[in-house]
Amino acid sequence: MKTREICKLLNAQVLAGEDLLDNEIESAFGSDLMSDVLTFANGRMALLTGLNNPQVIRTAEMSDVPLIIFVRGRTPSQEVINMASERNICILATEFIMYEACGTLFKAGLLPCTRLL
Amino acid sequence: MDDKVLVEYIFTIIHGNYEIAGDASSSIKKILKHMDMDRAFIRRVSIACYEVEMNMVIHSMGGKIRLEILSDGVIIIAQDNGPGIPDIENALKDGYSTASEEVLSRGFGAGRGFSNIQLNSDKFYIYSEVGKGTKLELHFKHKNL
Repeated sequence: MKTREICKLLNAQVLAGEDLLDNEIESAFGSDLMSDVLTFANGRMALLTGLNNPQVIRTAEMSDVPLIIFVRGRTPSQEVINMASERNICILATEFIMYEACGTLFKAGLLPCTRLL
Repeated sequence: MDDKVLVEYIFTIIHGNYEIAGDASSSIKKILKHMDMDRAFIRRVSIACYEVEMNMVIHSMGGKIRLEILSDGVIIIAQDNGPGIPDIENALKDGYSTASEEVLSRGFGAGRGFSNIQLNSDKFYIYSEVGKGTKLELHFKHKNL
């Protein structure tokens, strides 16, 4: 599924990576626990989270996550947005709560991310 | 693994500074990318290194992370300045945590760190002495080197 389509489904705002909206996303993972993200991240995964601190961007950077979706109206600071831009990570922000955002993407066919080492 | 270190880099880790937490791991990832190592390998090293760095920022009094590049892999050595881990056996258990509410609110401290470090590294050694500090050594073997 293209990032652009995810953005439309979640009625989201693009905070970083306007030029990355045609990127394909293979799966999604929703969590506020960054260690869980570091354990499960795999492939071209979207990370849905309610946390908006620099550690979210670092976690995405280390695990090659190309898309972060901030849920329940959480928006990060400009510094955090800049960190994502510098690392070619796309950021979307939606008013949907985690449950609704995950459910919407799952219903639209985006697979859950499970990592098998 | 080959015991000859081709090049090494040292990074200073500061306790409690969450704004720059991850800088060392980010630099290490850039170095490995620059050396044209494969993506899956870089990801394993980066994830383990970031967990180590966050552990040091959260729990230690600061310390150093050393990256050693060998002909057939990478070694990460993390040495902190204390306080040391009183119960290593429990600390290594998945889910065991002594982290504060503040750390949990940042998305860390759920007790997954050591499991994740071991999952991503080929060899993992830990030495700790209360009052002195903790030393971690992680080996990553690169198949194509």
